[in-house]
Amino acid sequence: MPLSYTIAVIAIPLFMFFFLGLAGVKMDKKLTGWLGVIGMLITTILAYGVALTYFFGSDQGQIADGVRKAVVVFNPDWLSFTKTLVVRMGIMLDPIAAMMLIVITTVSMMVHLYSLGYMCDHHGHAEKGFQRYYAFLALFTFSMLGLVVATNLFQIFIFFEMVGVSSYLLIGFYYQSPAAVHASKKAFIVTRLADLFFLLGIMLLSFYTGTFDFDKLVFGANGANSLEVAQSAISTAGGATFLGCSVTAWALTFIFIGGAGKSAMYPLHIWLPDAMEGPTPVSALIHAATMVVAGVFLVARLFPLYVIEQGAMEIICVVGAFTAFYAAAIACVQSDIKRALAFSTVSQIAFMMTSLAVSSADSGLIEIHGGQGLGFMASMFHLFTHAMFKALLFLCAGAIIHAVHSNENSQMHGLHKYMPITSFAFLIGCLAIAGIPPFAGFWSKDEILVACYAKGMGWGIWMSMVAGMTAFYMFRIYFLIFHWRKHEVHTEHAPSDQPWTMTLPLIILATISIVAGFVPAHDLVTWDGKELHTQLNWTVAGSSVLIACIGIGLAYKMYFKENELPDKLQARFSGLWEAAYRRFYMDELYQFITHKVIFQSICKPIAKFDRGIIDGFFNMLASVTGQAAYGIRRLQNGSIQSYVYVYLVGALALAVITMVCVLI
Amino acid sequence: MNLTLLMYLVPSLVMFGCGVYGFLTRKNMIAIMISLELMLNSVDINFVVFNRYLFPDQMDGMFFTLFAIGIAAAETALALAIIINVYRVARKVDINELTKLKF
Amino acid sequence: MESVGNLILYFVVALVIIVCSVLTVTTRQILRSATYLLFVLFATAVIYFQMDYAFLGAVQIAVYAGGIVVLFVFAILLTHQPGKDAHQVESSRRVLGAVAALLGVAVCGYGIFAYANFCKCNLEQLPADKVSIESIGHFLLSTDKFGYLLPFEAISVLLLACIIGGVVIARRR
Repeated sequence: MPLSYTIAVIAIPLFMFFFLGLAGVKMDKKLTGWLGVIGMLITTILAYGVALTYFFGSDQGQIADGVRKAVVVFNPDWLSFTKTLVVRMGIMLDPIAAMMLIVITTVSMMVHLYSLGYMCDHHGHAEKGFQRYYAFLALFTFSMLGLVVATNLFQIFIFFEMVGVSSYLLIGFYYQSPAAVHASKKAFIVTRLADLFFLLGIMLLSFYTGTFDFDKLVFGANGANSLEVAQSAISTAGGATFLGCSVTAWALTFIFIGGAGKSAMYPLHIWLPDAMEGPTPVSALIHAATMVVAGVFLVARLFPLYVIEQGAMEIICVVGAFTAFYAAAIACVQSDIKRALAFSTVSQIAFMMTSLAVSSADSGLIEIHGGQGLGFMASMFHLFTHAMFKALLFLCAGAIIHAVHSNENSQMHGLHKYMPITSFAFLIGCLAIAGIPPFAGFWSKDEILVACYAKGMGWGIWMSMVAGMTAFYMFRIYFLIFHWRKHEVHTEHAPSDQPWTMTLPLIILATISIVAGFVPAHDLVTWDGKELHTQLNWTVAGSSVLIACIGIGLAYKMYFKENELPDKLQARFSGLWEAAYRRFYMDELYQFITHKVIFQSICKPIAKFDRGIIDGFFNMLASVTGQAAYGIRRLQNGSIQSYVYVYLVGALALAVITMVCVLI
Repeated sequence: MNLTLLMYLVPSLVMFGCGVYGFLTRKNMIAIMISLELMLNSVDINFVVFNRYLFPDQMDGMFFTLFAIGIAAAETALALAIIINVYRVARKVDINELTKLKF
Repeated sequence: MESVGNLILYFVVALVIIVCSVLTVTTRQILRSATYLLFVLFATAVIYFQMDYAFLGAVQIAVYAGGIVVLFVFAILLTHQPGKDAHQVESSRRVLGAVAALLGVAVCGYGIFAYANFCKCNLEQLPADKVSIESIGHFLLSTDKFGYLLPFEAISVLLLACIIGGVVIARRR
């Protein structure tokens, strides 16, 4: 299949957005949904065709001398600022873009299908706004696909904003619920703040390097990422510095902050747990699998630049490692199933970030595994597998919520008997994320841990510990939902497995979660386009499996059968438990900073100035005009007698003047 | 003692002044119409006496008066019809109370 | 030298006009106002007779006194609310109106007296046939110089329009 079909992959969702958004209102709801699914199916088939052609086809000239090149399919000029600084809009395929095409279309396809069942009530009637929902899904898919195939930073920024908007629209889908409205606003504002830094970074970088284009910034002559090109791009900045660091380091840090906002890195993670107010399939698509990895994708896209600017890379490394632990700790105590999964997502994305950041370390261990880039490959691989099993987990959570009408795991307990398919699918997802072989997560997480140990023993132990926590909190959720004690049936009909439109995506994703680990990622998705020869590091793999088993065993001991142990532990460590449950008071801190500090001390005086001086001046103008008008209003009072009086006085005055003139 | 032109102009002038006073001060619309008739009438007198004294062999002033009387009759009839109609709607004829169409 | 009868008639007429005009605009009861107007109109008719314009005087009595005043009386009776006499207008308004009227009278009176030389002329005898009904009729319907056919037709159209207007206005919707 020609690679230029990528245009169709992007155009079809855009068309579906306009078509479903404009014509959907007039159509039957179910028909709209099926049209959306069919459109997405075509997109998925095309995307698979393009990606598989890119990876395995031989006739497109994408592989030369054993190096997988970035192929620019289409790249016309869009805005010309100067002769050299031109913004282009185009389509470029390289290993990570092609992999992202598969990830996005797979998850989006599953979510489209799943939503057919999820967005209906128990009588099978589609919810209000069904067409709008599908139109927004199509808009999101379009934006995300446009983001990953972007040829330059500016295009990435535009699509970054567009995924942000679709995320905002879908979180606030239930716009009559105040919680959803607040969550959508929070997500929008926090990511906007981050995007401000992203824009600053883009402007700095493009100003000093003179280009937006990736093929001038990172891609070398052989069409793959090249450190030499990155080095020369940075050296065009001429060594300009700001506050002791080079401007490119600042620019790259700012760009990372933009990515951190989207990827919910500490301390910009606060919007993601609240974003769970949106419909659950949306959480699966946007807030677990695709949009939140945009930040990781962004750093991976500019990877050679970050390798050169080690300072920025160190920041990413520290932020990622801290976020991974922080989010895992919170996930251990959350009672809301979707919030727990959201913090799990944050933790896993932090894994990817850390993995990217450690991969530039030039330690001896990495040399054995083929030089720099094991972490890069592991990060992208984990992105791929995580998207699959986290989407699976969210869709299972959606099925459970659909069945029991609650997000709280206290309302669930013992569902294994009622929903066996969901239970098995959820178990597969948990095993995959915990890193038990042969499920997908084992392979990718193992590579990440190897890369971390390569950077340093401390990093490796830290991340291993977080991996153990991952296993613990995932199985805690699993046992609390499906076991713990007998389910108390509250409603008239007992919870049960769901219609086939919801079951089929679960089965497909569960299958992918089992087998995805065998995808030869180290041959396909590497930073320099060359095959990465690696083999399982049995020391690391064995220890990580052991840690995961300890985590699972602990969860089994505490949560499989109803017992007093969790309550006792909670009472024992009540302060710690409360802090973790309240997310270590980050939201309160934000509230304090925004309301008390920014609003009170900065915004209030500005508002006073605005109201008093600026508004006051214009109010004064208006009131003067009004008073003048009010004064002369009496001249035209509509009373004929006054008019006659004035007329008479005028006529007499004329007569007097005439007579005086004649007499003189 | 002769009856000069001046002697006819004086009552006419007084009549006109009364008309002006009435027009400016009265509130009742019919009273205003009456004042208007006074003014018209004084003008008619002036036409006639000027014609008679200054141009006795012509009759323009007389004809002007004739037509003025006709027009005044028509105008009064219409004005009174309007006033009665207004009264039927608003139940009042004082102009300072008829403010329904005012802003 | 005028005849004494003519002089007496003039003074009576002038007195009636002045007194009744003032009463017309000062009386509080509107029906009386209409009655004083009637006296003024009659006195005016007498002036026309004195000027030898007998036809005009007849028209004045027939149209003004007989038609318009009757219309006024009808209108007054139709719109009069028993027990609600015209209240006293506020004094500031009266003073203003009086000032304006007196000023006007003063200016015009000064004008008349200051240029009164042409006003001193006397009444000349009119050729008898000049103002006969026949000659008036000829003038009204002639198209020659001093002929009034066009205004005559115009006013007939005006009267027609007035009739139609009256019907339209008076008709109950």
